[in-house]
Amino acid sequence: MKRYLPFIIVVVGALVTLASGTVLYRAKRPSVFTIPKSALVSGSGAADSIHIRGSANAPVTIEEFGDFQCPPCANLSDPINKLERDYHSRLRVIYRHFPFAIHQHAREAALASEAAGMQGRFWEMHDLLYREQSNWSNATDVPALFNTYAEMLGLNIDRFKKDMDSDKAKARVELDEQRGAALGLANTPTIFINNRQVPPASLNPAGLRAALDAAMNAKPAK
Amino acid sequence: MFASRLRIILYTIAAVVSLAGLADATYLTVQALTGETLVCGGSPDCFRVLGSSYARVGGIPLALFGTLAYFSVFSFATFAAFGYSRARTFLILTIGAMFLVTLWLLYVQAFLLHAYCRYCLFSAAIVFLLAGIAVASPPSD
Repeated sequence: MKRYLPFIIVVVGALVTLASGTVLYRAKRPSVFTIPKSALVSGSGAADSIHIRGSANAPVTIEEFGDFQCPPCANLSDPINKLERDYHSRLRVIYRHFPFAIHQHAREAALASEAAGMQGRFWEMHDLLYREQSNWSNATDVPALFNTYAEMLGLNIDRFKKDMDSDKAKARVELDEQRGAALGLANTPTIFINNRQVPPASLNPAGLRAALDAAMNAKPAK
Repeated sequence: MFASRLRIILYTIAAVVSLAGLADATYLTVQALTGETLVCGGSPDCFRVLGSSYARVGGIPLALFGTLAYFSVFSFATFAAFGYSRARTFLILTIGAMFLVTLWLLYVQAFLLHAYCRYCLFSAAIVFLLAGIAVASPPSD
């Protein structure tokens, strides 16, 4: 019996590891959910006031809840832009703010993008913020850097600064946060393709493209 | 006689310590498989490390290799405690490899990513402890 004891110990160890790993995986596997019909985006009307890029009649919609200081969100920014170029009029992209409190400048960045949006340059500021994320995330004077970005985009700086502090900009960001909270979101990026959440494990360029292709194939291209 | 008893004690300790590393690596593996390392929502520095390109080798989570390594240490230490001399050789080699990889990963965190993940640091501490046990264990008769 003693001769077999180490084998028994190792086998038991393997079984316990596999079992606990499986239990943990099932417990941590994220819930993937679908936006209910009552919360679907119409894309029209001042009440929605959302940021949409692409054709309004596109058969497939990506709705992203993002945080400008979230590195995974920045990692997906270029791939999503590439998807827009590849799918042209068949895809539209909606961006929602969902800044985390642990990201010190995330809310400021969201307000900066809204202020830029009030001068018609939301998406340009959106792309710039993600592209320069590593710079401004660690900067000592973030507002000055955002003003520099506004200058780069040719915005009226005085108006930009005023709009950043405006109730309208804050209300826009809060509206998106409320939508995210109502949907039960806890992470960023959270991406919905045609109202169906993309699982976190698929939040990479290949996974997104596969999910997009599946959605495209589910609907006839117009 | 004393050396033999000391070996048994040290290998047993190594087996028990490796279980802590195994639990840590298993948790990180599950995190990687569920995609939790690809989103923000927890510790920002943890995901900065676990979501980096250094956390995967050929698309496979590095944590999975860690799980296999710790399980190997547990297995070899168990057999070594029961007097299997060849297991000691494999144990030393495995711990040596883990030690070198740990040094590299600490370098990556400190100088390339400028971020630390507490689970990775815990694993590093376990590996250093195992290395100390390996050095302290007297050679086979």
